[in-house]
Amino acid sequence: MTDPMSSTVDTAALDHPDRPAGNAMLAVSGLCKTYSGEKQRRRRAAGLSAVAAVDEVSFEVAPGELFTLLGPSGCGKTTTLRSVAGLERPDGGTISVGGRVLYDAGRRVNVPANRRRLGMVFQSYAIWPHLSVFANVAFPLQVLPRRERPGKQGIEQRVGRVLEATELGHLADRPATKLSGGQQQRLALARALVVEPKLVLLDEPLSNLDAKLRESMRFELKRLQRELGLTAVYVTHDQSEALAMSSRIAVMQAGRIVQVGKPRDVYEHPNCAFVADFIGITNFIAGTVAAIDGDRCRVQTVDGDLWVAGGPPVAVGATVTLSIRPEAISLRTSPAGGSAGGAGTGSAGGTAPNRLRGTVVNRAFLGDSVDHVVAIGKTELRNRSNPAQSIAPGTEVTVLVDPDKVALVPE
Amino acid sequence: MTVAPAPRGSLRAGWPAAGRLRAWATPRTLVVGGCVVIIGYLAVVPLFYLLHDTFTGPGGFTTDAFARAYGGNTQAGEMMRNSLEFAVGSAALALVVGTGLAYLQVRTDAPFKGLFFAASLVPLIIPAILYTAAWIFLADPDIGLLNNSLFKPIFGHGLIDVFSIPGMIWVQGLHLAPIAFLLMVAAFRAMDPSLEESGLMSGASRVQVLRRITVPLLRPALISAALLMFVQSLESFEVPGLLGLQNGTYVFTSRIYFVLRTYPIDFGAAGAYALGLLAIAAAGVLLSAWLSRNRRAFQTVGGKAFRPRPVDLGRARPWVGGLTIIYFIGTVVLPLLVLVYASLLKFYTAPSVQAVKTMSFDNYRQVFHTPIAMTALKNSVLLGVSAATIVMLLTTIASWIVVRTNAPGRRLLDLLAFTPLVVPGLVLGLALSFVYLRTPLPIYGTLLILLISYVTRYLPYGMRYAGSAMGQLSAELEESALVCGASWGTTFRRILVPLASSGILAGWIYVLVVSFRELSSTILLYSPGREVLSVLIWEQYENGQFTVLAAVGVLMVAILVTLVLVAYRFGARIGVNTDD
Repeated sequence: MTDPMSSTVDTAALDHPDRPAGNAMLAVSGLCKTYSGEKQRRRRAAGLSAVAAVDEVSFEVAPGELFTLLGPSGCGKTTTLRSVAGLERPDGGTISVGGRVLYDAGRRVNVPANRRRLGMVFQSYAIWPHLSVFANVAFPLQVLPRRERPGKQGIEQRVGRVLEATELGHLADRPATKLSGGQQQRLALARALVVEPKLVLLDEPLSNLDAKLRESMRFELKRLQRELGLTAVYVTHDQSEALAMSSRIAVMQAGRIVQVGKPRDVYEHPNCAFVADFIGITNFIAGTVAAIDGDRCRVQTVDGDLWVAGGPPVAVGATVTLSIRPEAISLRTSPAGGSAGGAGTGSAGGTAPNRLRGTVVNRAFLGDSVDHVVAIGKTELRNRSNPAQSIAPGTEVTVLVDPDKVALVPE
Repeated sequence: MTVAPAPRGSLRAGWPAAGRLRAWATPRTLVVGGCVVIIGYLAVVPLFYLLHDTFTGPGGFTTDAFARAYGGNTQAGEMMRNSLEFAVGSAALALVVGTGLAYLQVRTDAPFKGLFFAASLVPLIIPAILYTAAWIFLADPDIGLLNNSLFKPIFGHGLIDVFSIPGMIWVQGLHLAPIAFLLMVAAFRAMDPSLEESGLMSGASRVQVLRRITVPLLRPALISAALLMFVQSLESFEVPGLLGLQNGTYVFTSRIYFVLRTYPIDFGAAGAYALGLLAIAAAGVLLSAWLSRNRRAFQTVGGKAFRPRPVDLGRARPWVGGLTIIYFIGTVVLPLLVLVYASLLKFYTAPSVQAVKTMSFDNYRQVFHTPIAMTALKNSVLLGVSAATIVMLLTTIASWIVVRTNAPGRRLLDLLAFTPLVVPGLVLGLALSFVYLRTPLPIYGTLLILLISYVTRYLPYGMRYAGSAMGQLSAELEESALVCGASWGTTFRRILVPLASSGILAGWIYVLVVSFRELSSTILLYSPGREVLSVLIWEQYENGQFTVLAAVGVLMVAILVTLVLVAYRFGARIGVNTDD
């Protein structure tokens, strides 16, 4: 690994406190995949260099975890998942599930997809339209090697069990095409689970559902995963889905994993501007570190100083970017006497919030919240408040930000 | 239609003023009405006369014609058996080859995919009559290149005889295979590859996936394609005409031709055969359409573009590549080469030093110095261009009515414009001669009757191109022009036609190309002195001038290749979808 960027990322991933201890269910290391197809030829013809779809991706998933690969389209998350599935042949790296090596470029091991014994739910569900609900779920059992294949009754029992678990029992005899979107989704899951795979792969399983159903399926999927103790790799581009469901999230960008962590950590302490921006809405403020006080530091910005607590270690004089989530900003209309001019008044390193003076310039009512845009000097900050608070544009306000809620994003 | 200067007035400018009569006599209603009448006339009148003349004897209504055609002679039974054997065999061959190639094209990383595409142009650039002639040069039992130069030295005698039912099946099947290929490519593309992938993930082997998932899912498409191939083979005149007439192996089409060339001409019997053929063809097409309509029931999540994820062929890849090259050489290169080779000879013989020594461009010189050949070329161009223009004009308007309006008769109009699809060329030719033999207008025996025939035959193709072009345009584009104050005519001319132009152009070129090689209706309608290129080739074959025929053929292929290239230059997609 000559690229400094990738080495820092890797150590970050490996040294992370949330790394699964010891025997991982899924271990992927150094996974690489470059496309050699038409697209690549076109790129080369256009004078662009070959682009790796997946570039040195490594991660481990512990038993019982729901591990999410999150990123914008084209970031390599689906290619990573399909490589684990065996539907795509990587160029390098290793993949093992439960200690069984499925792919190892060095040892020329590549177990075909149909021998990997994984469950997979496709984005389009891939429900076979010529079969009934029962027949769809029975299929994986019917194609098991002869000595493992259960008898007719065994198949009926096992299919019945998994259909009950997914609440499709009463629909077993229906043609698969006569199901609603949510039911098709559950059917796809039932089919993936019927052989009790060690690992389930979920490729954007909720993206074809409408917004309301998606919300409820999130909980449903999470419940099933927890109750059945499934280990799952989940691919999505929807950050709220990832936050709501995952045990851990790996954020991917341009073929690499840029941050791995628990949802709250990734949200509150993004390790780069990309992650901060991709997961949720955020305010970026550029500044320089002016002073350090224990685990806190004072960052000087154009429009005043801000105290930051619990960021990565920095040196005085370093240029940094601060990320503040809209909901971490609270507004006060009461004319708070005292420090005008907006300098941080965290008195003597206490835990008091940063205080800034600003003016509301815009406001939008969103139903479950009210968004304000507040101008502080030249900087505009976006706030998200409880709908009870609604401040008319033009009003002077005091802006309060807890130092804990200011994330220091390394450059 | 002028746009009123005042913005307030402009909104109303397109709408008729008061007065019921004036409200009806807008340019829009006149154009639309005219179009409907013409299409209705073209589609219905010939069929009416075909029925009328077949069922009318000297004493009124009679079924004598059917008795003469089908009853009492063993030939009729044999003819039907031949037809069935020929059509089923060709359809099966075309389907097997086409489906195999389509699978390789869409689902695998097979090499030389460009060759599939090139091979799929064969039916466009090599008319069936030339393809058949080329196979005669290759597989004639005595002088055929393959028999003479390949099999005789090895086995001591020729192995294949193109003048037989298997020979006819071979030529027709290979000529149709690209069409089956295109249909199946569409079917494979419409099928979500993750349906197969989820089979693999369930632990099924490739063979199990193929047998239990791929084939059942493609069954409707396969059956529908098979029916279309069957109907196309049944309608084919060129192949059984060239290969079967001389030794008395008749099928429906060649039987009709034979009856009409035997004096005294029994129009009734020909009509009876034509109606039989029409009934079978119509049933096939309708059944196929019905099946492909039902295919929608098999869609789970619709409207998604599937990312192609080709299957790794692995060790089989070089073998597949080799077979592809053999297929390409056998079906494209050899027939074309043998035509070129024959066109340079004085008399057709197997290649030898002697033969090479006598090679010259005399045949081409002869073609260019024969007035009849030049007339034929001129007639073909004139007919092709006129037919293409009229067809696209009619169908652009007709498809606008069908796609855009909710006029009461629009379903009927759609149906009328598609009716000629089920009418075999030879049947249409016969029907048109029934119509215009009795009209006092001097149409029979002129180029006009050929034009009418071409326009009728190719209405459905025009509808398909224009209809899909119109369907892709949002109605709002047109409505906004109307709101801006443009009249209907202006909107049509300045908004719709330019936006749909690439589709319309594609249709225009397609109709031009297919008109150029039309033989099956022309053969019954042309009169001596007014030949077109395809008829010229037919005549030369009958006169035994094989090498001149080859020269005309080479010129014809050159023209068609040019046309197709021009079409691609304009980005028009004809025949095949180029994106993969």
